[in-house]
Amino acid sequence: MSVLVYTESEQGKLKKVAFEVASYAKAVADQLETTVTAITINTDDTSALENYGVDKVLSVSNSELNTFNAKGYAEAIQQAAEKESSKVVVLSSSANSKYLAPLLAVFLNAGYASNVIAAPSNTAPFTVKRNAFTNKAFEDMAISTDVKIVGVSSNAFGLVETSGSATTEAFSPSITDLGIKVESVDKASDKVSIADADIVVSGGRGLKGPENWGMIEELADVLGAATACSKPVSDLGWRPHGEHVGQTGKPVASNLYIAIGISGAIQHLAGVNASKVKVVINSDPEAPFFKAADYGVVGDAFQVVPELIEKLKAFKAQQ
Amino acid sequence: MKILVCISHVPDTTSKINFTDGDTKFDTNGVQFVINPNDEFGLTRAMWFKEKQGAHVTVVNVGGAETEPTLRKALAIGADAAIRVNTPATDGFSVAKQLANVVKDGGYDLVIAGRESIDYNGGMVPGMIAGLTNANFINNCIKLDVEGTSVTAVREIDGGKETVSTSLPLVIGSQKGLVEESDLRIPNMRGIMMARQKPLTVVDPVDTITETASVKFEKPAPKGAVKLVSPDNLDELISLLHNEAKVI
Ligand SMILES: Cc1cc2nc3c(=O)[nH]c(=O)nc-3n(C[C@H](O)[C@H](O)[C@H](O)COP(=O)(O)OP(=O)(O)OC[C@H]3O[C@@H](n4cnc5c(N)ncnc54)[C@H](O)[C@@H]3O)c2cc1C
Repeated sequence: MSVLVYTESEQGKLKKVAFEVASYAKAVADQLETTVTAITINTDDTSALENYGVDKVLSVSNSELNTFNAKGYAEAIQQAAEKESSKVVVLSSSANSKYLAPLLAVFLNAGYASNVIAAPSNTAPFTVKRNAFTNKAFEDMAISTDVKIVGVSSNAFGLVETSGSATTEAFSPSITDLGIKVESVDKASDKVSIADADIVVSGGRGLKGPENWGMIEELADVLGAATACSKPVSDLGWRPHGEHVGQTGKPVASNLYIAIGISGAIQHLAGVNASKVKVVINSDPEAPFFKAADYGVVGDAFQVVPELIEKLKAFKAQQ
Repeated sequence: MKILVCISHVPDTTSKINFTDGDTKFDTNGVQFVINPNDEFGLTRAMWFKEKQGAHVTVVNVGGAETEPTLRKALAIGADAAIRVNTPATDGFSVAKQLANVVKDGGYDLVIAGRESIDYNGGMVPGMIAGLTNANFINNCIKLDVEGTSVTAVREIDGGKETVSTSLPLVIGSQKGLVEESDLRIPNMRGIMMARQKPLTVVDPVDTITETASVKFEKPAPKGAVKLVSPDNLDELISLLHNEAKVI
């Protein structure tokens, strides 16, 4: 009857979200008075999971699953859930987890809640709070199926360390035809992705042109942040589509979101409002983004940003 | 190729979100409804398949009669036929079951649904249709080519993109990037006139149980006032971010 949690890794290393979803699973397990089992796929070292409440690790090692495949991963998780008689399966809201979760829901005949931001408020009926209307509202959702799938939103629940120990067991699910074959992956491996980033530095049309993005990248570099942009910026081809954030772009739920030369139109705000702290740098004191921001600088980005970079470098050097 | 495009009828992106009945129901008062933006990219790609490869395109929505103007708009854009499954769209899983039933009945080769709807943001319908109909599934699809039954596609992943190959039958979760924004179509007069003659079939729902239910909604607490920092005093900003917000 364990709570099952799928803990993601990249190139054999557990991702930060793995510890967040494990922390979440532990909270659910405490409510249900049961244990936490994690399933890892092609992960080298799983020992750190025991610091986040995991009691048992089902470790899958399967070369067919070396590149992510939604169906194959969903099958592996399904079989782990059945083996553990899990009534609750927890995963993250990464692009991959959101890709596999609906398939898993069909395989397990389970109700699925995505973008969940808090531990269940009730376990019978099982009720979770999630972001809806692109962060313009929260929804309390009750899941009535026997098995429930919870997709936890990034940075919403946080990390909760506990002391404990976990046993590890090799697990070999049987994987059927994968259906989709990955031909090539195009990913800048040295860049922080928006989904994984604690800090996101984002530029808008106020930057005037792609040639001015050097300072955005440098600021992101100093902060270890990912770079992003508003929709017109990607529509104009100044930045790649994958960097466009907002209601019709990528969602951002970072700890810190720095918006430079972005007006703060409702569609942009909706997609980034889940970020905890927002800083706005804009020359127009009437820019709507100031109403949604925690900290603001009314000023010319071309003066403020280079100076901020220098000051941050000095600050980091002192740390 | 027979294509089915799933159309979600959602509040326009500028809508103010409010609730009624003790915060248990979405308040549709004064709200303008549109084709879900993620679906619109998919519909536009379907039009390309229709015009270049002779595909037949049907659009479908699960919902009450109030969603018909949205389906008519899709017809005016160029879809050949529309289906409305006559039941309110309550939860994602039930909607997916209704749609999977339409897919099985119609023998569609390609099903295009938006990555997620911009109202409930469930992000589950396309994957569930694929699971329920045993079709291949590509989510976050930003490029799609079909030759015979062979498919090559590009999908967005965290921090990049990946090129995949597969075969029909296929379900995709579409999103921005699948077609250029400038290729999105606004219905013209001729399209609107022609849409009136195109079939809009209303079908009865199949029996499903409800797996999930909205219990209550809540709006985020109003934001405190922004703390403004002078551009001449960026040290203060760094200090606030470090000591007060504790994010750097
Ligand atoms: C259906 C639909 C979906 C949409 N989805 C999204 C979405 O997902 N994401 C999104 O971002 N948008 C989205 N939009 C677009 C949105 O409505 C806005 O048009 C967009 O967010 C504006 O981008 P921007 O702030 O970069 O540009 P602008 O509105 O042009 O604002 C530029 C800002 O830069 C400031 N500025 C100018 N010069 C300087 C300077 N030197 N220093 C500092 N500041 C300066 C200006 O004061 C202004 O506030 C959507 C629109 C629609 C209709």
